[in-house]
Amino acid sequence: MKAAVIVFPGSNCDRDLAEAFRAAGADVTMVWHKDSDLPKGVDIVGIPGGFSFGDYLRCGAIASRSPICSAVVEHTKRGGYAMGVCNGFQVLTETGILPGALLRNAGLKYICKTVQLKVETSNSAFTSGYNAGDVLGIPIAHHDGNYYADAATLDALKGEDRVAFTYAENPNGSQRDIAGVLSANRRVLGMMPHPERAADPGHGGTDGAAMFRALVGVLTPA
Amino acid sequence: MQEPAITPELVAAHGLKPDEYERILEIIGREPTFTELGIFSAMWNEHCSYKSSKRWLRTLPTSGPQVICGPGENAGVVDIGDGQAIIFKMESHNHPSYIEPYQGAATGVGGILRDVFTMGARPVASMNALSFGLPSHPKTRSLVSGVVAGVGGYGNCFGVPCVGGEVRFHAAYNGNCLVNAFAAGLADADKIFYSAASGVGMPVVYLGAKTGRDGVGGATMASAEFDDTIEEKRPTVQVGDPFTEKCLMEACLELMATGAVISIQDMGAAGLTCSAVEMGDKGGLGVRLDLEKVPVREKAMTAYEMMLSESQERMLMVLRPEKEAEAKAVFDKWDLDFAIVGETIAEDRFLIMLNNEVKADLPLSKLSSEAPEYDRPWVPTPAAKPLADAPEIDAIEGLRALIGSPNYGAKNWVFEQYDTMVMADSARTPGAGAGIIRVHGTKKALAFTSDVTPRYVKANPEEGGKQAVAEAYRNLTAAGALPLASTDNLNFGNPEKPEIMGQFVGAIKGIGAACAALDMPIVSGNVSLYNETDGSAILPTPTIGAVGLIADTAQIIPQAVREGDVALLIGETKGHLGQSALLAEAFGREEGDAPAVDLAAEKRNGEFVRANYARLNACTDLGDGGLALAAFEMAEAAGLGVTLSVATTAQLFGEDQARYLVACSAEAAKALAEAAAKAGVPVAEVGRFGGKTVSLGGAAAPLAELSALYRGSFAKAVA
Repeated sequence: MKAAVIVFPGSNCDRDLAEAFRAAGADVTMVWHKDSDLPKGVDIVGIPGGFSFGDYLRCGAIASRSPICSAVVEHTKRGGYAMGVCNGFQVLTETGILPGALLRNAGLKYICKTVQLKVETSNSAFTSGYNAGDVLGIPIAHHDGNYYADAATLDALKGEDRVAFTYAENPNGSQRDIAGVLSANRRVLGMMPHPERAADPGHGGTDGAAMFRALVGVLTPA
Repeated sequence: MQEPAITPELVAAHGLKPDEYERILEIIGREPTFTELGIFSAMWNEHCSYKSSKRWLRTLPTSGPQVICGPGENAGVVDIGDGQAIIFKMESHNHPSYIEPYQGAATGVGGILRDVFTMGARPVASMNALSFGLPSHPKTRSLVSGVVAGVGGYGNCFGVPCVGGEVRFHAAYNGNCLVNAFAAGLADADKIFYSAASGVGMPVVYLGAKTGRDGVGGATMASAEFDDTIEEKRPTVQVGDPFTEKCLMEACLELMATGAVISIQDMGAAGLTCSAVEMGDKGGLGVRLDLEKVPVREKAMTAYEMMLSESQERMLMVLRPEKEAEAKAVFDKWDLDFAIVGETIAEDRFLIMLNNEVKADLPLSKLSSEAPEYDRPWVPTPAAKPLADAPEIDAIEGLRALIGSPNYGAKNWVFEQYDTMVMADSARTPGAGAGIIRVHGTKKALAFTSDVTPRYVKANPEEGGKQAVAEAYRNLTAAGALPLASTDNLNFGNPEKPEIMGQFVGAIKGIGAACAALDMPIVSGNVSLYNETDGSAILPTPTIGAVGLIADTAQIIPQAVREGDVALLIGETKGHLGQSALLAEAFGREEGDAPAVDLAAEKRNGEFVRANYARLNACTDLGDGGLALAAFEMAEAAGLGVTLSVATTAQLFGEDQARYLVACSAEAAKALAEAAAKAGVPVAEVGRFGGKTVSLGGAAAPLAELSALYRGSFAKAVA
């Protein structure tokens, strides 16, 4: 499997995401935001956490106008896979690839801690390594992770089984406890928690590793 | 623009004493220009010149086989084996944080991160030691929320994990909070960058953010006491931009890898002045600057303003001329300003030009090497009277008094606002002794701690100074780490008062003795004096930041207390209650002497713990709150109760030094007792972990109830 991890100025989880992919067996290329094309033959694009462009204007807004993001939109339109973690999720909603928006946490403070995440569906390349109902310990680290969408969108996400993860205890005010959502074709995942920070025994938890393993399993040609 | 005439009032407003001004006249043989006066004021203030402290700082142990570079550079450099080095320093941003908490704290973090990556290291860990006034004081809540948000706002965006720190409250900080920021970075030992310029005619290059009028005179402000005109000083606080700093760090590290950098210095206190003088002075060269080439973000800035601006996220470098194009390409990639603003010259001159007009022309070496130095009069702190009538208290009531106070309650409210896991190498996040990060791509790990007990230092500066180092040693040891080296952030009141200077001298003696005995040389540091408001000084607070090495992550002592584990106390208990946390929190008394520190016992007991790491399920150092608080915290973290068999107030809450509490199996306890007998280390079984009750001597309470108190007290006090 070939993965591309996008690097914006201000990305600070790019290395961590790349290493989680690599540990699962992927071949990873780092791609600078000023590039206008993805490397040839990329199976999945990873958009990492951090503070792209300092979170100025609106989290993810400036990054979503970067040259590389046009290529990412094209890639997903062609049915390509992508995952955005934390700031990457914010970028994906700003590009319109995923619905909704991430607002400031309800408590108005930045929160960093390990939370309990409930797997809502195993029906995706990202979550096929889990069973629906599994509870995972995965860290969050964000100031703007409060998922918002209008009622019709939320109903549709639920109806189409596109809510990937929910919080067992809602830390940030997200509607319907949503922590991660899938695109309509189930090939794009955006999530606020950081699975790449729970992918190695040295992290203190490995509940996120199954996501990267499952992706490599699905996307590696037999 | 007409520059103001040099009057005694103007000289005084620059924080220069009449005799210091006389010295200036002597050095240059004429009246200084306005810009020159500003330059002298920037270089000779306490913050930049260390004029009151230098004499004493020289007495500290700063060398050892592990030390690659001691004090004097941007940060200290310590060998961690395999050709790698850890580069670290701690620095205060007290005055700015009190005036403008968010930006003051944020730029404190930004400054210390710059000190680390200036030397070629990628920052991998940070800590913050914060001291505030009483929670009931009207300013405290806004200071706590602003400072914590500022620390988080900068560090989180920059992307460095916070792995530890301290938060304390005491009335002595009501008018003067302390914000001490620590940062550490990793680099290859043969790829460290220093500030000394070399070569004549080399381009002096300005990098990073543009220069504005913010922070003009900041270092001078930070060298004065506060009074009721404090609000007027708000414009001297800088505004931070962590995004630019992150880009600056990435760009600097990329540039360093090209081999273009001869020397580099960040622009911190006193900005362009201090950085240019430092590079010239260390290299024995002069520097010429053409200020019209400096990237500015405001119109019509004067030479005075440009030389004294403390705008953040800026660097000065001396580059190899043939690499200029390569260097510019790196900075264009990161969209950062890059301008050649001057050159190195052979004469001992600091020549400042603006549009071909000479604005300052000073002998460069006199600005730094020959800055004033004082042997301030000092009086030894009178010996503290031993504690009379030590109180008795129901042990659970005593524990409640501690864990119900924001000083000893859980600090999650603070730490959860910091990214403690970015870079994905954090092996232990804040809240339980030393923080630990893995050294990326190796089996090694590093432990970090920051410690001081200001009550002790006030009662007995020398023992208190020793204790700060000893506690750091124990915290590193309890994580399984070999203590390597330290950094000191010395926060005191007005050094012109002999009793304050006496505290300083006493603390330095204690710190020096402990660093020598425990082999933890001081490799970097910072002095913050004049921490007084309306004549009332803070508690003397010499914060010690320390780093330890764990050769293999398998040697980390876990924090995995198990049901049925034996509670074993290592070290000798005498029951010292003078200046204890119990006395302060439960009885409102700060009396008695600080506990004595036996450095030989510290070393012996520490070596014993490290040698026996494999037998321990958990280990903690005993400090504030003694055995009772340590046992509660260790049990609570595991969701277990604990039963201690010792019963007296002095045994439970005494703060004797050189002690550890460990949890281990009954089998391991037996083996430890045998090993301890051989090593001459006192060991005593004091109880068992398990169940859901906390039982201290005869008194008992449900774990759940105490846990709720412990986890809620901080937010209740300040949120």
